[in-house]
Amino acid sequence: MFIQQLINGLTLGSIYALMALGYTMVYGILLMINFAHSEIFMFGAYLGFWALSLFGVLHQLLPAYFVIVFVVAMLGAGLLAVTVEKIAYKPLRRAPRLAPLISAIGVSIFLQNLIMLLVSAQSQPYPERFAIKQLQFLGLRISSLQVFIFCLAIFLMVILSLFISKTKLGKAMRATAQNHIVSQLMGINVNNVISLTFLIGGGLGGVAGVLNGMYYGSIKYNMGFLPGIKAFTAAVLGGIGNIKGAMVGGFTLGVLEALSAGYISSENKDVIAFVLLILVLLFKPTGIFGEEVVEKI
Amino acid sequence: MKLATKVYPRAIFLLILIILPIAIYKAGNYYAIHVAGLLGIYCILCVGLNVTIGYTGLLDLGFMAFYAIGAYTAALLSIKGVPFWVILPITLFLGGFIRYLIGAPVLRLRGDYLAIVTLAFGEIVRLVANNFDQLTNGPKGLPRVGERIAEIRLFSMVFRDDIQFYYLILFFLFCAIIVSYRLERSRIGRALVAIREDELAAQLSGINVARIKSVAFVISGMFGALAGTIYVHWIGFVSPEMFTFWESVFLVSMIVIGGMGNIAGVILGVFLLVGVPEILRPALGTKFVDYRMIIFGAVMIAVIIFRPQGILPSKRRSLELHPLNTGQ
Repeated sequence: MFIQQLINGLTLGSIYALMALGYTMVYGILLMINFAHSEIFMFGAYLGFWALSLFGVLHQLLPAYFVIVFVVAMLGAGLLAVTVEKIAYKPLRRAPRLAPLISAIGVSIFLQNLIMLLVSAQSQPYPERFAIKQLQFLGLRISSLQVFIFCLAIFLMVILSLFISKTKLGKAMRATAQNHIVSQLMGINVNNVISLTFLIGGGLGGVAGVLNGMYYGSIKYNMGFLPGIKAFTAAVLGGIGNIKGAMVGGFTLGVLEALSAGYISSENKDVIAFVLLILVLLFKPTGIFGEEVVEKI
Repeated sequence: MKLATKVYPRAIFLLILIILPIAIYKAGNYYAIHVAGLLGIYCILCVGLNVTIGYTGLLDLGFMAFYAIGAYTAALLSIKGVPFWVILPITLFLGGFIRYLIGAPVLRLRGDYLAIVTLAFGEIVRLVANNFDQLTNGPKGLPRVGERIAEIRLFSMVFRDDIQFYYLILFFLFCAIIVSYRLERSRIGRALVAIREDELAAQLSGINVARIKSVAFVISGMFGALAGTIYVHWIGFVSPEMFTFWESVFLVSMIVIGGMGNIAGVILGVFLLVGVPEILRPALGTKFVDYRMIIFGAVMIAVIIFRPQGILPSKRRSLELHPLNTGQ
């Protein structure tokens, strides 16, 4: 039972962690909560849905179609995130801190209702394009989908870590997170770095959306809200602004949620996530890996 | 002269609000009266939330929680036969008290974190109302079959019709506006504005920031509980889905679009977001109602970018110096 819940938790945690990365990267660079990230996640899930439905017809011809589905969702969601930043956040970069948050809520309302009107207000079944095998050993049940979700998430996280720590662009991102003006003086195009951050964060969110759709088997226009809050909780838990923190926070939250669903009560698992969010913000707002940030005046 | 130009339009506006509904009622348009009552409830909520968002500059994304606390407490007590006039002080106290308990630790946090904590609290209240069947009857809502919410009695009058509730709501809205208006112009109100503009400078000027913030937070929670108490007596039903996160966001957008910190602006915001769609509904058909949220979202972004002070800006705000904004 314990190990079974642990496995379920790691699967959930993979999705939360991928999504939490988007929150944490944007927060690290712009010090804003990208409230519309949950809609980027939802949009990614829909892109994956359309790509799977479309490529499903072609999948005898294109053996690599599964990869294409993820690339489409990733690019589309990333580009949407960049567009949102350009339209709704960039004009507010010098405004009081609450202004971009309000604007982000506006974006969230807009995108949700756009999908609701254009596609459907009902939840839609996610196409199953590959047979899910149930592996059984030692009394545990693991589906091949769970293994796939976990492996893909780990793979993307490794790539991201390498990108941020080893490449020049990654260095530019780290510098911009520390100080915009000084980075600009060092010849970094801060606007491009911010766009890149939204592209990567949005792309990871999009992948998380597709994985979420596959795991739960259905999608809806408002599917992003709960995972969004939980991924944000994960980002805060790990220390917002900290990449490693978002990964660890995501898995921790996923496992905690699965365990509380298993041992306490499954209908109150969302309450537990929210209570955890409040407790972390109250007692350790810097999270597990976060540094003590001195408030700038 | 100055007094006359200020007072007369308001007095005339109030007279219209008092007389017009009778005419509409006599003409037989009961639906319009119902909508007017609903507008009044939203106005009370937004005038209350404005104390937090507009005056103090704290974003609250879970205000519906206090509406829910007011409505559920009132429903539970009313089912037991407690009269409205006894329930009202209880819900006001409870709303304020819970708000105080939440606020005391949360108000230390920075603005955007506070928004997230209030959001989480709002969802917790909704989920508890949804899952705690013994007390709240879960998703089916209160009252349970066979129970009912007692009517409001005032002397020999029993409140049953929408038109009676309209006047009751108008009365409480009037009280809410006076409280909010006097608060803004009081010592506390000035302290709130000082905190909004620069917390550090306010603290250095000798303002007890944590306490003043907490006062504003509690007062606005009481407004929420007030609206909930009246609403549940009027409609006679309460269920968890009335208090979703998006309802809280809806309130925030009314305040942002109307004009943060200005009571007239907030009321205009309510009218634009709740009243106008109802007026346009017969002309544009129900399809329009589906489109209104998408329009709100776009308008919210546009307003915060191009006119962050809202449609009817607060006078005091327009007098302030905004070096960052003028420098652009």
